[in-house]
Amino acid sequence: MLRTIGKRLLLLIPTLFGLSILLFAWVRALPGGPAVALLGEKAPPEAVEQVNQLYGFDRPLIEQYVTWIGRLLQGDFGSSIVTSRPVVEEFFRRFPATIELSIAALIFAVGVGIPLGYWAARRHGRWTDHSAVIFSLVGITIPVFFLAFILKYIFAVQLGWLPSDGRQSPRIDATHVTGFYVWDGIITGEFDAAWDAILHLLLPALALGTIPLAIIVRITRASVLEVQNADYVRTGKAKGVAPSTLRNRFILRNAMLPVITTIGLQTGLLISGAVLTETVFAYPGIGSFLAQSIFARDFPVLQGFIIFIAIAYALINLAVDVSYSLIDPRVRVQ
Amino acid sequence: MSAVLPPAQGGEVLDTVAVGQADLRSGGGFWNDVFRRLRRNPAAWIGAVIVLIFLLVAALAPLIAPYPETALPGTKYITPTSIPGIGEVDGFPHGLDRFGGDVLSKLIWGAQASLLVGVVSTALGLVGGMLLGLLAGTFGGWVDTLIMRIVDIILSVPNLLLAVSIAAILGQTPSAVMIAIGASQVPIFARLLRASMLQQRSAEYVLSAQTLGLGRGRITMSHVLPNAIGPVIVQGTLTLATAVIDAAALSFLGLGGGRPETAEWGRMLTYAQNELAIAPQLAFLPGICIAVTALGFTLFGEALREAMDPRTRAR
Repeated sequence: MLRTIGKRLLLLIPTLFGLSILLFAWVRALPGGPAVALLGEKAPPEAVEQVNQLYGFDRPLIEQYVTWIGRLLQGDFGSSIVTSRPVVEEFFRRFPATIELSIAALIFAVGVGIPLGYWAARRHGRWTDHSAVIFSLVGITIPVFFLAFILKYIFAVQLGWLPSDGRQSPRIDATHVTGFYVWDGIITGEFDAAWDAILHLLLPALALGTIPLAIIVRITRASVLEVQNADYVRTGKAKGVAPSTLRNRFILRNAMLPVITTIGLQTGLLISGAVLTETVFAYPGIGSFLAQSIFARDFPVLQGFIIFIAIAYALINLAVDVSYSLIDPRVRVQ
Repeated sequence: MSAVLPPAQGGEVLDTVAVGQADLRSGGGFWNDVFRRLRRNPAAWIGAVIVLIFLLVAALAPLIAPYPETALPGTKYITPTSIPGIGEVDGFPHGLDRFGGDVLSKLIWGAQASLLVGVVSTALGLVGGMLLGLLAGTFGGWVDTLIMRIVDIILSVPNLLLAVSIAAILGQTPSAVMIAIGASQVPIFARLLRASMLQQRSAEYVLSAQTLGLGRGRITMSHVLPNAIGPVIVQGTLTLATAVIDAAALSFLGLGGGRPETAEWGRMLTYAQNELAIAPQLAFLPGICIAVTALGFTLFGEALREAMDPRTRAR
């Protein structure tokens, strides 16, 4: 087991190395080169020249790359052009917000998706099943930012039940220990702050979680349909296994493998969706900052964030693969 | 945001005899059989009709749109606090937008813009991905390793983020969006075609072609590729849906370029954002158009997948 994990982590190194080359080339391919990207298109040539010398953009490409990657390996990702703060600091200041949002979205997607998919499969062919299928189809085709609009319009603008943007009301003076606002509120005993953070999370999480939810419903339904006709389920039924045991241990546990794979695959979708959802709800996470950085041409931020996201993405997929063996002993043997 | 979908139906026990009989019954070969099964699937019809309607609207936009693409015919009805909604002003059945544009015209021209981006970008992704997949699947060895390593690296960045990064280099124009979305789809198609070709390469008909002395290029192009292309075509149809959504997402973020009066669904949503309280229809109309177009492509793509799936072909 540990060997497999080690091997996978080692395989991550060439991928990240390749990614760093692409990201390096990407900035050099920006129109006018990095100096123009920094200064704007109307910058005087002398200023461009100065910046080129200052940052070494006039050195040979190989030398520039080696210097850059050397700094990266020491944890120096440069500073944001817009905020002048180190990229690493900017990332980890916003990371908890996006993680909190993603976890909330996943709880919603898994918590609703698996029961709904199971329920649809058990009523295969009836109208409840058909409506679950139609619902999941709509969930897949609706653009996440449009869904965010609908939720914002209904619950924030029309009904006024929930806040329309941000992570916490400005009137709340909360202590932030970890950066996970809900958790912070709970451990410091400021329950009103935790509750306020939850209210702010609800709409973005619903918007972000809907596509994964729709996909999880489909996979669970298809997987349960396949498993519930298996011989061992019929045997279990015949020998009088209690319905709850039949459901939990016979059907659900065996049907979960493809569902877990899918949940792992949703990570990329969540990050892409976070860029849009966070933008609509002005939620101060990685996604909204990335969207702003694109327009500010803040390339140190973009480079650093993309590398961090790629690492997080790979680690999550590794965690998913490891969790297979916990669920399915057959994988462990191989 | 490429959604990987499972087969819509599951749980059927594979009946090899029935599959064999179905093959015998059809007579006209694989594609005839696929078309016959598509015709019997209501979901395929609904999807095809939706797609056809939008394609017609897009193609006939110059004839059916009441106003030209960038016209702002209703500026005099716009005040800072009110925007006429659906049916509130004569001559503008779907109301006006913030800048005085006719919403109906914008939606019709928007269909043209969005479908063009969707189709062109998917075509780019398909061609690029198939070339890479074909190279990897045909030559194997170090060519395969190299291409697949590059594909892995690109796949380590989430799809939309990749498209956004590419669009940032190319500048803020509609063609940049097409190339960016197309390029972000290349790895998926490459991987799919390669996997499908590897599956076919060990088939007996390849061995028999080899024994007959056919060259590698000939075997690949006229034997392996036609048999391996099925999953790629299905994925292409489904990708049209995500491409339309991604195109809207990119221009929603502001990467499509253009001025406020540009008719593009994602762009319309960007501006609708500020008017949500006074004119929600400005967000709902283009949003529904995007969702319905994507629904059409998805329904048709899934029906196609089902029709080509050997496990369900017995029916």
